[in-house]
Amino acid sequence: MYTKKTDLNAGRRGLAVVGLGQGVMAGSKENTGGGAGRDMPKAEAKAKYVGQRVLRRENLPLLKGEGRFVDDLPLNPRTLHAAILRSPHPHANIKSIDVSAALAQPGVAAVITGADVAALCDPLIVGFANSLDYYGIATERVRYVGEPVAVVCASDRYKAEDALDFIKVDYEPLDAVVDPVVAAGDDAPVIHPRQGSNVVSRRTFTHGEPDEALKAAQRHAEMTIRYPRNSITPMETYAIIAEYVSDTGGYDVTSNFQGPFSIHPVMAKSLRIPGSKLRHRSPSHSGGSFGSKLVIFPYIVVLCIAARKAGRPVKWIEDRLEHLSASSVAPNRVTRIEAGYDDDGIVSVFRMEHWDDHGAYLRAPMPAPIYRMHGLSTNGYGIGHCQVVNNIMITNKCPTGAVRGFGGPQLYFAIERMMHKIAVELGLDPLEVIRRNLIRADSFPYRTPAGALLDSGDYQRTIDETLADGALDVLKRRRDEARAQGRLYGIGYAAVVEPSQSNMGYISTLKTGEERERAGPKDGAVASATVSVDPVGSISVVGDSVPQGQGHQTALAQIVADQFGVDIDDVVVNLETDTQKDNWSIASGNYSCRFAPAATSAAHLAAERVKDKLARIASQGLNVPPEELEFEGGYIRAKANPDNSVPFYRVAGLAHWSPSSLPDGMDPAVRETAFWNAPELTPTTANDEINTSLAYGFGFDYCGIEIDRDTGEVRIDKYVSAHDCGTILNPGLAEGQIHGSFAAAVGATLFEEFAYAEDGSFLSGTFADYLVITAPEMPKLDLIHPTVNPSPYTRLGAKGIAEGNQYSTPVCVANAVADALGRDDVSVPLTPAKVFEWIHGEETPPPADTMAATKPTKKKRERAIEGQGEAFVPASPEAVWATLLDPGSLAKVIPGCRELERVAENAYRASVDMGVGPVRGRFEANVALSELKPPRSAMLSGDLAGPLGASSGSGTVVLEAAEGGTQVRYDYSVRLTGKVAAVGGRMLDGAARILIGQFFKALVKQAGNGGGAS
Amino acid sequence: MKPAAFDYLRPADLDEALAALHEHGTDAKVMAGGQSLMPMLNMRLLAPAVIVDISDLESLDGIEASNGHIEIGAAATQASLGEWPELAATAPLLAKALPNIGHFQTRNRGTVCGSLAHSDPSSELPLCLATLGGEVVLQSREGNRRVVAADFQTAMLTTDCGPQEMVVAARFPVAVAGAGYAFAEIARRHGDFAIVALAAMVTGDTIRLGVGGVADTPQVREWHGLEGDALTDELDDALNAFAWEMGGSDDVHATARYRREIVRRIGRKVIAEAADAADR
Repeated sequence: MYTKKTDLNAGRRGLAVVGLGQGVMAGSKENTGGGAGRDMPKAEAKAKYVGQRVLRRENLPLLKGEGRFVDDLPLNPRTLHAAILRSPHPHANIKSIDVSAALAQPGVAAVITGADVAALCDPLIVGFANSLDYYGIATERVRYVGEPVAVVCASDRYKAEDALDFIKVDYEPLDAVVDPVVAAGDDAPVIHPRQGSNVVSRRTFTHGEPDEALKAAQRHAEMTIRYPRNSITPMETYAIIAEYVSDTGGYDVTSNFQGPFSIHPVMAKSLRIPGSKLRHRSPSHSGGSFGSKLVIFPYIVVLCIAARKAGRPVKWIEDRLEHLSASSVAPNRVTRIEAGYDDDGIVSVFRMEHWDDHGAYLRAPMPAPIYRMHGLSTNGYGIGHCQVVNNIMITNKCPTGAVRGFGGPQLYFAIERMMHKIAVELGLDPLEVIRRNLIRADSFPYRTPAGALLDSGDYQRTIDETLADGALDVLKRRRDEARAQGRLYGIGYAAVVEPSQSNMGYISTLKTGEERERAGPKDGAVASATVSVDPVGSISVVGDSVPQGQGHQTALAQIVADQFGVDIDDVVVNLETDTQKDNWSIASGNYSCRFAPAATSAAHLAAERVKDKLARIASQGLNVPPEELEFEGGYIRAKANPDNSVPFYRVAGLAHWSPSSLPDGMDPAVRETAFWNAPELTPTTANDEINTSLAYGFGFDYCGIEIDRDTGEVRIDKYVSAHDCGTILNPGLAEGQIHGSFAAAVGATLFEEFAYAEDGSFLSGTFADYLVITAPEMPKLDLIHPTVNPSPYTRLGAKGIAEGNQYSTPVCVANAVADALGRDDVSVPLTPAKVFEWIHGEETPPPADTMAATKPTKKKRERAIEGQGEAFVPASPEAVWATLLDPGSLAKVIPGCRELERVAENAYRASVDMGVGPVRGRFEANVALSELKPPRSAMLSGDLAGPLGASSGSGTVVLEAAEGGTQVRYDYSVRLTGKVAAVGGRMLDGAARILIGQFFKALVKQAGNGGGAS
Repeated sequence: MKPAAFDYLRPADLDEALAALHEHGTDAKVMAGGQSLMPMLNMRLLAPAVIVDISDLESLDGIEASNGHIEIGAAATQASLGEWPELAATAPLLAKALPNIGHFQTRNRGTVCGSLAHSDPSSELPLCLATLGGEVVLQSREGNRRVVAADFQTAMLTTDCGPQEMVVAARFPVAVAGAGYAFAEIARRHGDFAIVALAAMVTGDTIRLGVGGVADTPQVREWHGLEGDALTDELDDALNAFAWEMGGSDDVHATARYRREIVRRIGRKVIAEAADAADR
């Protein structure tokens, strides 16, 4: 079927490769021996359901409010409810935790801390050895805002939250680092001292001869790309019910964990039990995940221990504040990308160095995203050489997890921006540069230099079909007209290969070849499904795809109903999983678009086996060989003579009621479980080549955008997208996936970013600050349905379809912005304030006689909040000085001070009730005066901690004698972290000003009243 | 996100409400629509011992125009103001501002006076009150008093309302004959908090511009004698000075500079729009 081509130029249009010998070029078409040893489907009659726009059967219960989510499940009446105390600090040592007061609160049954968990668990392992001991809860140190520190289990969630305020934690704050490149520097605080470095892994991959290719290239281009940290936030957050099974020493957990089930042994190992004693059950419904419900597992482990200590089941429903600060995010990344190319725009080599930011800890399967895409380091282009350096970074931010797109958005942003830049350098149309480099249709299956085996595709044709309606020409004229009017308008393109069905071995590419040798091979990706027919002929399907709302039940019912020629309503699909009872493999779960390629293949195979069996049974009675039978309209009948038939249900019934009637040697059950794997998912080679996925689709997008000069707002004027993802099982489901993917991708492009201040405080704690796209902001999507190129490696030829616009949209729009502004450095999200500064130069300075409230400053602020001010006090500098130094006066001056205790010379401890407007809280404070130059200046420093947050900072006060009194000038630099920072980001500057203003107002009053020594 | 325990009082009339405030003072919080208060309670940003729910008090849900003012009771929702038939004619600025206030769903519960009492620096209604020179009626068991916007809005989230007082009504001056009004808001998404909100009023040769979201409270400036060509150059200088006087802050959504630029650019547009709408 496929022949190996030794032509080195396979994959690109007739270009000589300069100075490189045979065998060096890794890009080539491959003989895969398709057919031998593979379970390929038999020829089938025209499908009634597959390929049709069947309405989802999942919808009605959800629309009627009859969903059964974890929170809806009936509970053991003894169940406790958990609330989690979380770190307000981005980085701090925990000196002590005292939970005694919390335990005494009404309704509280148990309180656990990291010490309890570490006593009963081992650290959660990841794919390679390291010293980042991680238990899901802090032990001796906290490393990100929101990190769990203690868990309270009480009779209800209200009481559990009440008790949180009574837990006393003594923190010693440390400096934090949030930038991944800065974290690699010598001056950065080391977040895990036992690891010794924030660079937890650094690997260099060389495929082909990139150094030579770069030397030989006529032209070079280089860019530094920054991709932000984001997620896709589902409506339903994490939900766990955990119980300790004391008779077996195991645990019984129900949660909306989505897989992959390679995590199951990770949890069991941490809990020090065999996997068979960790029972995990999934509910009927999950309210979306988009990858986030992969890294729910550390919480599962912690809650198992809580349940064990409490001696009762424990339930935890994560709230939105928790989800945004401490669940799962996609790694942000800095990439330096270099390309070697020629005057025609043909790229011969990429060199990339990545700093992939994984937050404070690694959790399995991290750092997967960068390795999942490794094989696609050259995208869909016939580039023969690449070098990739992966720095896996630790920073003081929420640890990463899976997010739809999984490494693709970050990688393709760099590659497609580079392709655009090359076009700009050469004065070529970016689309032309893309076309010239794309792998040709006759090259599939195509092995990329980094090892991906691209199964099928016709990229040029997909593009041709997308452009066939002429809309791009119209768009180009529109751009010309807009520019003639002085408007900012741009057009951008993106072409992306869409991987699906991950190779479970790709993460071991992180290890060296020797390490892999020692550890043993990792490869493949098994999917399983069971199809059974009961005594009255009803068909059941059970599978391991753990849907999170995608409509898997409908698609599987379509496939199986077609196999048996029955009505789709006669096929019942149950995808709830129970690890003690159901078939599962480490690959089971919902991720990496594995449903369409793998889960369907397993179901199809299982159904085929049942069908073969029933055909052989029917063959006896109908006296026709099984191959000559067909399943149609609820009957099994002879193809040549349809009247010679038997109802489907009778054949099934016979197997149940009369096993003796079965053909010799046939098992009596009408139930087949198929485990399906794809031989193309081979282990990583000694040269670090890895076929990271099984099936590869192709996406092509173009768009037109306009930028408002006055506001910097980017408006998507037109957006066209085409996806070739092989056989389409259900066009309705497919379109739903694409629209959902596009919506989330526009969100990532224009709105979404998890923001951290330089000092590590977290600023995006609510949906008022983490901006998810809403309906009014959605641009129209013009969706093209190109000719599909089925995968030769999946049973139905289907490829995954759900992540395409994650890959393409951010960079397509960024390319359009680059086009509009003639600018290289374009990053997402495209916030108006950022884009405004790209358009306009320096700000108009204030008029000479204006009292500007702030000074124009270019200096990046070190601390979250800085400011200055002055006040006039009708008292002498000596009197003001005396006020500052006298504890009794100080107690009257510090806002809301309830008690002040001197702990050393000029150092105090205080309890304060403080706030702005209605927002008030109790804080424990430490205040000290230093650098005393009486009566002229002093430095005040301090820190505060309380349920609302934590603050530390300092300021200087300068006293100057003036007519009638003293002019007091002050400046301050304060960091504010914890809850108020996470939810009140808009108002932090103002709040700090007010509180510090309150202090100085009180100082004025106190000193002015002849306060001083009291 | 569960609130701390509180006692919930639903007084049958205003006297009962005032008695509760007299008794509990700072331990009590008045709730009308709860659209700002409830999320804050759930996030435990505050923990009042007593919530006094006035949303059902019919005596407080009226909207009426008399003697040159529109008086809006403390229980009147933003939606009911939007549906008031005389709104466009008597308070065109409010009519233009309303669609920007939250979402239509929240306007069904959120109240006009609640927004004023909350005094969020980005909110549209405090901006309109300041720009139009309106006032708030405060009442306690001891009596009532009226406070003009500039004296009422003292700081971010802070007003002159005392611990035993409550806002019972807001009074907005009706539209000045021949004046033109305009409103604009820059926000990231439909319904979001304003990054900058602008309200303009032009009468004869007087231009008044109110800006919210830049300083800690709405700021209003008035300029006279700017017409024709002067409208462009001197206005640019005036807006620049105004922007720098307010300063603005950086936050996750916008920089201080961006806010000042919006004051300059959109300030001009909104003034031009109000000037167009005015009879000259």
